Order: sequence, then C-alpha cells, then structure tokens
Amino acid sequence: MADRRNSTLTITSRNDGPATIITPVGDVDLTASPLLRQEIKRVQVTAPKRLIVDLGSVGYMDSSGLATLIEAMQLARKSGTRIVLCALTDRVRSIFEIARLDSVFNIAGNLEEARTK
Amino acid sequence: MELRSNPLYLSGAREMVAAVARRLGFSEEACGQIALAVDEALCNVIRHGYDRASDKPIWISLWPMSEAGDQADAGLTEAAGVECCRMASDVGVGAIQIVIEDEAKQVDPSVIKSRNLDEVRPGGLGVHIIRAVMDEVIYEHRVPLGMRLSMLKKRAASTTGASPSGVASGGCTIQCMNQAASGVANGSTSASTGAGSKGVARG
Repeated sequence: MADRRNSTLTITSRNDGPATIITPVGDVDLTASPLLRQEIKRVQVTAPKRLIVDLGSVGYMDSSGLATLIEAMQLARKSGTRIVLCALTDRVRSIFEIARLDSVFNIAGNLEEARTK
Repeated sequence: MELRSNPLYLSGAREMVAAVARRLGFSEEACGQIALAVDEALCNVIRHGYDRASDKPIWISLWPMSEAGDQADAGLTEAAGVECCRMASDVGVGAIQIVIEDEAKQVDPSVIKSRNLDEVRPGGLGVHIIRAVMDEVIYEHRVPLGMRLSMLKKRAASTTGASPSGVASGGCTIQCMNQAASGVANGSTSASTGAGSKGVARG
C-alpha cells in the first residue's frame, strides 16, 4: 500500500488480487495531475493484469487529469494491462462526456463492477 | 481579482467563480461548467502563455449581465439598495461575463482552435472544453501586451426566475466587478456585442 499527497490530492494504491487499485482523493487539476501521473506510472511498472482507478472521491478534474488518464490508457495497452475507471461523480463524468472520452475508457459504476468489467 | 500564474491558486479561483455564479442564480451544473472554463483558461495562460513561470500576473474580472445584454451591476445595486437585498433573478440577471487577461506572449487568435477529438491523445482539450461549456468565447490581443479572453455564460431558461441555488429567502445578490486590469470594460463590451459563434478560443 502506498500513499502520496500534495495540497489538493491524496493518492492511495493497493493490490487487490490480480488488480491494483489507485484511489485519488481530492481535486485532479494542474497542481495535482503530476502526482497522479507519477503514481500510475509507478504502478504500471509492475504490469498488473488490471488497473482500477477509483474516482469516487475526486470532486473535480480538468483537462490535465484527462491527459494523465489518456497517457495511462496508452501505456496500459502496450503492457497488456486492462485499465478501468470507476465510480465517477457527476461532475467528473461530465468532463469525460464533454471531451467525448466516456466511450473511450472502460468505465464501471462502482469498484465491484470494475473488478470484472 | 489579480493572481499570480501559480497553479496553487487554481482551486481558489474556481471556488470564487463558482460561488459568484451560484449567487447569480446559475444551476449547480452551470456553476461547475463556469469554474471548469475558468480553470482551463488559467491553465492555458500558465502553461502556454507564461511557459509555466509562476510569478506573472493574471486578472480575472466578472460581472452579471442583464437579460437584455447590458451590464447588470447598476440594476442590481439600484434595485437592492444598500440595506435591502433581492434575488439576482428578480432583477433579470441573464448571464455572467468573465474576462481573463494576462501579460503573456501574444498569439494570433485565428490560429487558436479546438483539436479533432477523434484523435485520442493527451493534451489540447482545454480549448474544446472552454468552447463547449461557455456560450460566447473571444480571444483577442490586449493593449499594450498580453491576451484577453472574454467568456459569457447565459443562464438556462429553466433556471431564470427560480430561486438561485444556495440563496435562501432574503439572501443577498452580489455585485462583483474588479477593474484591476486596464481595458477590462472594453473587453466586456466587445464580448457582449461582438461574440457568438465567431469567437475564437486559445489553445
């Protein structure tokens, strides 16, 4: 289990069977995106079969957060990791829809669903 | 409001703008969209305009516009008086005008465009987001230097006349206009009269 934080975001990572779950808590904006990027890359080095990013406690995300997740998705494709986002709040889901990324990512309603989606 | 080009201030700027929009009667969804547009605009200034220098000035000005398209500050003040406060919707706030100015390098507004969303790649989404959530977006050169982004968000018809979210009966309308940057009023005029689908946003 790992824990990273800055002024607007705290990130926890843990193994969950064949999956790794990354849980950011707070706002993913220009200040915090590098932290999320760093943690996702650290986890992806271990090439988990499934990488779940639980966004249920992210109240805000901007385009820098989207860019971070797109990078993660591209890296996951190369390494054979299945990446799933889950539990998006309405506000965060909205920016995925505006950027037309809601159909690009695997998005699950909750953590349970993310384990099998 | 004047702030430095440091990403640490983004959170506060979002909260301030959303709070003003909420008081002006915008829905929660619209408040979130307005805050998002401001955040993306500030990020563009910091990243592209100032090349991430964190000590450069940025000015944010915002004020209500009446349903007729005029600046609504005077109407609000006259209607509400100093002691008596009324709902923003009572005096016909139809939109919020937001102007963001900087002293960063100037860019030809005509080359600033949203990118093709069919290309799934990181970056370049800010302009698209701003244009998607705001009703009018204009980028222009600021005199003598820097850029000015003028954005207008109209209140949805369904919310006009309704009690502003978060404002209890007897709550105050608010008037917020900051002329920290010279030429702000001119920016407002050009945005409110010459905007529309021809507006150009910056990347």
